[in-house]
Amino acid sequence: MLEIILERFSYIPIIILMMTGLYVVIATGNLVKRLVGLSLFQTSVFLLYITMGKVFGGQPPIIAGDAHGGDAGHGADAAAGYGAEAAAGHAAETAHHVAEIAYSNPLPHVLILTAIVVGVATLAVGLALVVRIREAYGTIEDDALNAADYSLETGSAE
Amino acid sequence: MDHTDLTQYLDYVLIAMLLAVGFAIVRLRNLFAVVMLTGVYSLLSAAWFVSLDAVDVAFTEAAVGAGISTVLMLGAMLLTARESEPAGAKRHWAALAVVVAAGAALFFAIPDMPVYGDPNSPANSYVGMDYMSSTPNEIAVPNVVTAVLASYRGYDTFGETVVIFTAALGVMLLLGFGTGRREDDDDAAAGKAAKAAKTEDKA
Repeated sequence: MLEIILERFSYIPIIILMMTGLYVVIATGNLVKRLVGLSLFQTSVFLLYITMGKVFGGQPPIIAGDAHGGDAGHGADAAAGYGAEAAAGHAAETAHHVAEIAYSNPLPHVLILTAIVVGVATLAVGLALVVRIREAYGTIEDDALNAADYSLETGSAE
Repeated sequence: MDHTDLTQYLDYVLIAMLLAVGFAIVRLRNLFAVVMLTGVYSLLSAAWFVSLDAVDVAFTEAAVGAGISTVLMLGAMLLTARESEPAGAKRHWAALAVVVAAGAALFFAIPDMPVYGDPNSPANSYVGMDYMSSTPNEIAVPNVVTAVLASYRGYDTFGETVVIFTAALGVMLLLGFGTGRREDDDDAAAGKAAKAAKTEDKA
């Protein structure tokens, strides 16, 4: 059991970080700090995905050169510039090359790239809402906001 | 865990710093410090992304997470408040209960997760590695992340830009950009609209 946990040690700090973000979201009444907590949570989820795609001894998923040439970028030039049959022959070599060198999994990277950009978009909308709330109510503490709503509904201060 | 790789110690240092920054964000009430620490958190996670071979994610996180997000949050902070009120005791315990329950559930799930760094784990076996082997033949871009982002999953990226456009539209509508609002709101609208435009450019 201990070994099972130790093999997956990277998830433990990440779960703690995720829960830190969740705590800030729930425990804070201040709307800006709440969005900070949300972005903390979000960044921790990115870490969770990226650690899953890591391969021991792996390289960043950028295909480097061909197997015997040794100069980086040659593979790309060849594949882009050569004729069809040369490219096909080269492709077989490159595929062989890929099997030799360990690369980390590119798929989580792509998903998280999209998620980062979408995350900043949602953050911008959230902050715009907070600015509007501040203009309408004069406060961004949610206890004060609830009190203001309550006094509007009942016509009396709480 | 069998591999004795020196970079793992760098990872431990980065994890320790991330935890320290995370707890500092929980404790601090000055919003300027909180926002700045969020930028630090993003930058530290970008450093860890480099160590985890996710170089594209690292520079996006450094530019968008540590850069644009911090600027947006600073702008919103300046337009709203500088200090946050302390959390009430009731709220603190409710949050702690939720966090402990959710954290326990996640810890319970750890044994089902793929082993860290395992090249044969289900997460690393199928479609991701298919992209690795077919990209040199089909796309001829050496960076596989670019190939997947722009070609194999091009519609995802298109959807992402639609999300960014919608968000920029939402920010402009919320802040009443160009609708001739009251004078005291003009500064706010101009500031946020400039930032929204910047976000849009980034996409």
